[in-house]
Parts: sequence; C-alpha cells; structure tokens
Amino acid sequence: MIFRKIFSFYYTGFRSMTVGKNLWVIILIKLFVLFAILRLFFFHDFLNSKFTSENDKSNYVIEQLTK
Amino acid sequence: MEHIDFSLVDWSRAQFALTAMYHWLFVPLTLGLSFIVAFMETLYVRTGNPEWKRITKFWMTIFGINFAIGVATGIILEFEFGTNWSNYSWFVGDIFGAPLAIEGIMAFFLESTFIAVMFFGWNKVSKKFHLLSTWLVAFGSNLSALWILVANAWMQNPVGMKFNPDTARNEMVNFWEVLFSPVAINKFLHTISSGYVLASVFVIGVSAWYLLKNREHLFAKRSIIVAAVFGLVTSLFVVLTGDGSARNMAQHQPMKFAAMENLYVGQQNAPLVAIGILKENVKEAAHKKQDFRFMIEIPNMLSYMAFLDPNAYVPGIQDLVHGNPEHQILSYKEKSEKGKIAITSLAEYKNAKKTGNDSLANAALVKFEENYKYFGYGYYEGRELHELVPSVPTTFYSFRVMVGLGFHFMLLFFVVLVLTLKDKIAKNKWVLYTALWSIPLAYIASELGWVVAEVGRQPWVIQDILPTIAAVSQLQPTSVQITFWMFFLIFTALLIAEIKIMTKQIKKGPGEDAPSNESASANN
Repeated sequence: MIFRKIFSFYYTGFRSMTVGKNLWVIILIKLFVLFAILRLFFFHDFLNSKFTSENDKSNYVIEQLTK
Repeated sequence: MEHIDFSLVDWSRAQFALTAMYHWLFVPLTLGLSFIVAFMETLYVRTGNPEWKRITKFWMTIFGINFAIGVATGIILEFEFGTNWSNYSWFVGDIFGAPLAIEGIMAFFLESTFIAVMFFGWNKVSKKFHLLSTWLVAFGSNLSALWILVANAWMQNPVGMKFNPDTARNEMVNFWEVLFSPVAINKFLHTISSGYVLASVFVIGVSAWYLLKNREHLFAKRSIIVAAVFGLVTSLFVVLTGDGSARNMAQHQPMKFAAMENLYVGQQNAPLVAIGILKENVKEAAHKKQDFRFMIEIPNMLSYMAFLDPNAYVPGIQDLVHGNPEHQILSYKEKSEKGKIAITSLAEYKNAKKTGNDSLANAALVKFEENYKYFGYGYYEGRELHELVPSVPTTFYSFRVMVGLGFHFMLLFFVVLVLTLKDKIAKNKWVLYTALWSIPLAYIASELGWVVAEVGRQPWVIQDILPTIAAVSQLQPTSVQITFWMFFLIFTALLIAEIKIMTKQIKKGPGEDAPSNESASANN
C-alpha cells in the first residue's frame, strides 16, 4: 500500500509538470551525452584501461613519479 | 620528470578550469536560493498569507530550473580526474574516496527524496512536513558542497594522511583532521556564504526588474526584503571567513598570499594595497620587484591580516624563492634539492623492495620520509624557479575585484532594504538598474574567488607535494584539446538553455496562486 502511495505521489507529480517536463528532457539528454558518449568514448579511466591489477597501477604511478 | 609536454599540461589545466568554472555558474545559486526559498516558505507557514506561498513557489521554480540544468555538471570533473589526471587520482585516491562517497549517498537520499516532496508535495503532505522538506533540501545541497570543498581544502593543506610508498597512495589516518582542518572549515563557510550572497543579489536583481516593469510590486518588495536581510547577514560571514582564509593562506600557502598582494620583498608592518595598478607582468623575472603605477595602502593591515599582529613579518616572493635565513625560510633551491632526495629515495626504496634488500629499503624509506614534505619541489630541481611563482597580476586583480564587488553587494543590500522598508524603492530607478546589473557582477565575483584560490596555488595540485607536471596523464594533447572544445559546446548549450528557460519563467512571473487555487502544481 505504501509503495502504491509513493508511486502515485511521483506519478501525479510528474504528470502535472509543465516547465519540469522540458527540464527532464534536458537532464536526460545531458546524462546521455555524459555517460553514453563522453564517458564511453572519450573519458576512459587512464590506469584502468592500461592495467588490470592494483599492483601494476601503483608500480606505473611510482615509475611516472620517479623517472 | 625528464620530458614534460607543457601543451598537455596546459590543455589539461585549461579543460579542468573550463569545466570547473562552468559548473560553478550553477552551484552558488542552488546553495543560496534553497535557503531563501526555505525562509520564504517559513514566512508562509507562520503567517498563512497566500502571497508568501505565491512568492515561495515562484522562487522554488527558479531554483528547480537552475538545479536541473546544473545537476551532474560536476561529474565531468570526476571524469577528468581519471582520464587527464590519473597520477593525481591514484596518488590521492583514499583521501578523496571517503568524502566523495559520503557526498554521493547524502546527495542522493536528502536531495532526491525531499526535492520531490518540495515540488510535488503541495497539498499532498502537511504544511509543516513540506516546510521541513524544503529546509532539508537546503541543508542537503549545502552538505553536498561540504565534501567536495573538504577535498579541495585538503589539496591546499594536506593533513590527516600518510603516504604509502608501497602503493604510491595517500592513506587517510585521521578523518576528523581532514574534515575539521581550519582550511576546510574556512573554505566551506566562505564558499557557501558567497553562494548565499550571489543568490541574494539574484533575487534582488530579478525583483528590481519587476519593479522597473511596474509589475508585481508586493511580490518584488517582499522578495527584496528577504533577500536583502539574508544577503546582509551572510555578507558578514563572507568577510569573517575570508579573513580566516587569508590567515590560513599566509600560514600554509605563503607564495599564494605574497602573489595576491604583489609583495615581492617581505617586510614587517606590511601595508595592504587596497587599490593598485601594476606596471607590468614580471612572471618571467620573479626575482625582480614589481612596481605599482598607482596604489592606496592601509598601513600595517597586511601583517595584521596574515598573523593578527600589525608588526608581524610577511614574507615576499623574493624571500620564498631565494630564502631568508633570518626568518627561517628555505629557498626553493634548497627545497627542490630535498624534494629530489625524496623522489630518488622513493625509487631506491621500490628497487630495493623488488630485489629483497630490506636494509637498503629501510634506509631509503627513512631518507624519503625525512624529505617527503618537499617531494613536489623535487620536480623543479635544475629548472627555472619562476615556474613555482603563480601569475601575480591574475591573483592580485582577481582578489581586489572580488573584494570590491563584495562590498558593493553589501552596500546594495543595505540601500535596497532601507528603500523598500520606506516604500521608496520603486521610485529609485538607478538603484533598481544597479540591482539588475549586479546579477552578472555577482557571478563574476564568485568565479574570481575560485581564480584567486586555484590560480594562486599554481603549480601545485597538492600543496608542496604534487605539481601539475607530475599529476597529469601521458595522453596525446590533441585528445585533450578535442574534449576541451566538446565541453565548451556542451556547457555553452546548457548555459543558453538555462538563461532562456529562466528568463521565460521570469517574464511569465509568479502567476496566480490564490488560496482557492492552491492545488496548482509548484512546477508551473
């Protein structure tokens, strides 16, 4: 019953939006661009993409810091 | 650091600065407007006057627009940490991990839950619960800012941690020291209270526009009163915490302090240059004293500001670069030699561990720990020491413009408050125009605060320990350039969307929300 009330609260809230609907469109486009394009294609985690183990990562960073 | 690609370092810095500054266009209004809305709703609940509800709902809508456009823009900074600044990310991992994890959990539960009640809950929950939700959104959004500012403060004054030479990571040894370091406390309070001032200027500026258009007089005057009182009180906090930040800076970042004051030669009874125009940019000749074309000084004020003692000695750029034995200041050359010993010892330690030579490893570790506090200076051994001096004109002018605008806002709050209480505000067109044009000035002042903080601490990513040249990932500069321009386009599009949606909503006005029509949604 409580879940139905919560669902109804959000459902009627979202349905009665006017400006909010445009804002949600902007939020969704923004999140898509950030996570599905930028994160996926341009912002790989540098160390994760080169090394699999924590030990390799720390060795690489120490090598970078001390060379 | 034998091979440093400065175009990579510069583009990575430029990209971080661009994203941070764009992100900061959205944050301060959220921080301040959330509290202004909470105060307005409190007045509604206490008085039962529907006009206060109408006022609350309008500013709540403006808050919602700003929040929605700005949300997640800070995530890009985290992308950049992992991609462009991987050495740094690894180096500080454990320090940043805890505060940012807490921020994520807190932001999710407090903001996402209670923002829904704030916008959807009118007439669905009790007035008091709705008010509580609005206050919790205000506290939640400000607490979110706490954790990222604690992380930033740690970079300016790294405390409560210990470097682990086996993993090359800093590990937190005292969470409370990180959280309650004086730098963190002042940074948090100064930053959020400057956000309150910006939001107050914003509300007053928009209200002034209504009065200039001869619209919504009661709405505008009430909004001005709440914002002006809030702005005046929080301006005092900005001054107090700014004063505290200056003392922290003098203690932990003396070069930033000297650059901010264009103080080349240290002195006792140092005066504060209240207004000054510099002759030339002498970054290339940091050892030379830079002259002023024009200046107005306040005697002894800088010494007092830095150490609460008008007779105190304030070191200048020359003292810090070349050293000053009389005042026990090591030269950058000495520091860079010690730093180089730390770097070499770390390499020796790792090699000794690899070959199983424990006695050599222990000896190297002792040498490393003795010199670790100068670790970052080691990257400048044999290099031009002026690279360790930040841009003096940028920090000098940014600080003065920021402070000057801060006093302008205080005067504005006072004048509009008095005129509104005397019911003369609508007739004073020049005050209204000043209020309206102060909106962009508030954003400029807010951004300049970050310019002072971040440009002034260059070249350090972590003060004295890690400079930008050692923190950056070995990427192709062109890939950073490409993403720089992508971010520029994305953020500009978001900013245009924000301005368009917000101005449309402001032109539309608060609309009708008579008591008989209270079921209308907040989202209109």
